[in-house]
Amino acid sequence: MPSRALRLGLVVVLAGAMVLPFVVTNFRLFQCAQVFIYAIALLGLNILIGYNGQFSLGHSAFYALGAYTTAIMIDQWSVPYGWTIPVAGLLCLIAGFLFGIPALRLEGLYLALATFALALAVPQILKYFEHWTGGSQGIVLSKPAAPKGVPLNPDQWLYFLTLFVLLVLLVLARNLLAGRTGRAIVAIRDNPIAAQAMGVNTALYKSLTFGVSAAYTGIAGALSALVIAFVAPDAFDVFLSITFLSGIVIGGLASISGAIFGALFIQFVPNWAQDISKAAPWAIYGVFLIGFMYVMPRGIAGAVRLGAARWWRRRAEPS
Amino acid sequence: MTPSSEPILAVRDLTIRFGGIVALDSVGFDVADGQIVALIGPNGAGKTTLFNCLSRLYTPDRGDVLFAGRSILGLGPHRIAELGVGRTFQNLALFPTLTVLQNVMIGLHSKTRSDFLSNALRLPWVGREERAIRAEAMELLDFLDLETVAGHPAAGLPFGTLKRVELGRALAGHPRLLLVDEPAGGLNHEEVATLGKLIKTIRDSRRVTILLVEHHMGLVMPISDKVVVLDFGRKIAEGTPAEVQRNPDVIRAYLGIDEGMTR
Ligand SMILES: Nc1ncnc2c1ncn2[C@@H]1O[C@H](COP(=O)(O)OP(=O)(O)OP(=O)(O)O)[C@@H](O)[C@H]1O
Ligand SMILES: [Mg+2]
Repeated sequence: MPSRALRLGLVVVLAGAMVLPFVVTNFRLFQCAQVFIYAIALLGLNILIGYNGQFSLGHSAFYALGAYTTAIMIDQWSVPYGWTIPVAGLLCLIAGFLFGIPALRLEGLYLALATFALALAVPQILKYFEHWTGGSQGIVLSKPAAPKGVPLNPDQWLYFLTLFVLLVLLVLARNLLAGRTGRAIVAIRDNPIAAQAMGVNTALYKSLTFGVSAAYTGIAGALSALVIAFVAPDAFDVFLSITFLSGIVIGGLASISGAIFGALFIQFVPNWAQDISKAAPWAIYGVFLIGFMYVMPRGIAGAVRLGAARWWRRRAEPS
Repeated sequence: MTPSSEPILAVRDLTIRFGGIVALDSVGFDVADGQIVALIGPNGAGKTTLFNCLSRLYTPDRGDVLFAGRSILGLGPHRIAELGVGRTFQNLALFPTLTVLQNVMIGLHSKTRSDFLSNALRLPWVGREERAIRAEAMELLDFLDLETVAGHPAAGLPFGTLKRVELGRALAGHPRLLLVDEPAGGLNHEEVATLGKLIKTIRDSRRVTILLVEHHMGLVMPISDKVVVLDFGRKIAEGTPAEVQRNPDVIRAYLGIDEGMTR
């Protein structure tokens, strides 16, 4: 039974993730937390682009909004960091929903341009409100320590915290996409007119999907503020949006596991490129990007699915 | 079948223009509850345009559409299914990446109510609703002989099969009125006969009133209670199949077209 194999694989991966913090260096744990955070952001973007067919080059803006919400709440009002995460999510949900309403009038490339404008504007807006955001200097935070009585160092603690949030959001996304709402979200992508004829309120669903997508990305941003313990406007430029976009395409559009594969790619491949050539890392990265798309046109998730199906068939065949 | 006092659908003075062409010109007729009414006419007569007005994809320039006595022109297109009006599309409008089963399950959207929050949290009643949606969709696939393709993506199946999937998707919404646009497209002679029986069964056993657009007279004439004929956007005849087939205007409109009016 492939589903049993899948479940077994999941248990093994999860067990590995539980042991990992006690066998690798703190720097590696920091990188893993970064992967979990990217996976959350990519999940959000994939719900919008992969499942709903709405385009966004503006998700760096929601990532920034989430990160600054956390940073400002801690810096200005000393709010316990745990509370800032849901607040960042809620704020981005509302911001995404509101942005989604005018976006209804824009399709395809026009929506890409509008969201691109958002991504361009945000770093400058952040610099402008210097009193709150610290201007170009940004805001320095201190890395949150584990709660009293929990024998973990800050890197281990943040590893588990980000992993926990990722798992919760993965389950929520899977539930959402597997049900009536998910079918409507995909139906809008496949054929908006037919979706309407089936009774789907496409305008409402598209704005809400935009909100949910922004909320995921905002929560990722909030976690990144905690893990990096620093926010600055130039980290959230349009290049980050494009990184997210390449992450979901490489990972696999309209695939939940694709978010994790994509996150691994955008976290580690630039480093490898750097190792291969100090002089031209982006050229190497570009080669990787093109190579992946060429070999795995349906993303890593698609290739894994195909490979697993083939392996299973070969095993099932009597030799 | 005797028409009841109030028609389930009343089309009044419906007019719509696209640039220079008048696609519908003061068209009016009634559909009585429980009838099969055929809407026929040469290519470009305005049949699909009329369907698009009924499902609110087009807004007419003049006239009104009453469903169960109430005007629907103030409603958005996504409100029509929940009223009880289902439809199929002439050139197919399925969800190609979704399976046949999922396509039919979306047909139940207007009859179910789980939303973003309850779906994400998978509340207990959502599980029950989802099982009910699946069971009902499976039952429809059974009814339409589609069980063998239930797990197949809609893309890549034969046209005739997909037409049946659209029928299933429309029926899933429990329509009181079903608008069917050229269901016989892509079918051979034998299959058309089966389709005729199927349409009658849908009307009789599922109590669905049917407005049928079709060029295939061999399908239309034996099963229709009433036939409405459009030509260049105008209604040129209305009556029983026998009356319409004798009507000189209708014969003239169809002259030069391969398909004969009598069969
Ligand atoms: N959206 C539109 N824009 C412009 N013209 C349109 C539009 N929809 C329909 N028409 C025109 O209205 C007229 C009626 O078209 P319609 O599709 O309703 O015909 P039909 O009776 O369904 O024909 P067929 O039997 O070929 O399907 C045609 O001249 C068509 O070109
Ligand atoms: Mg037509």
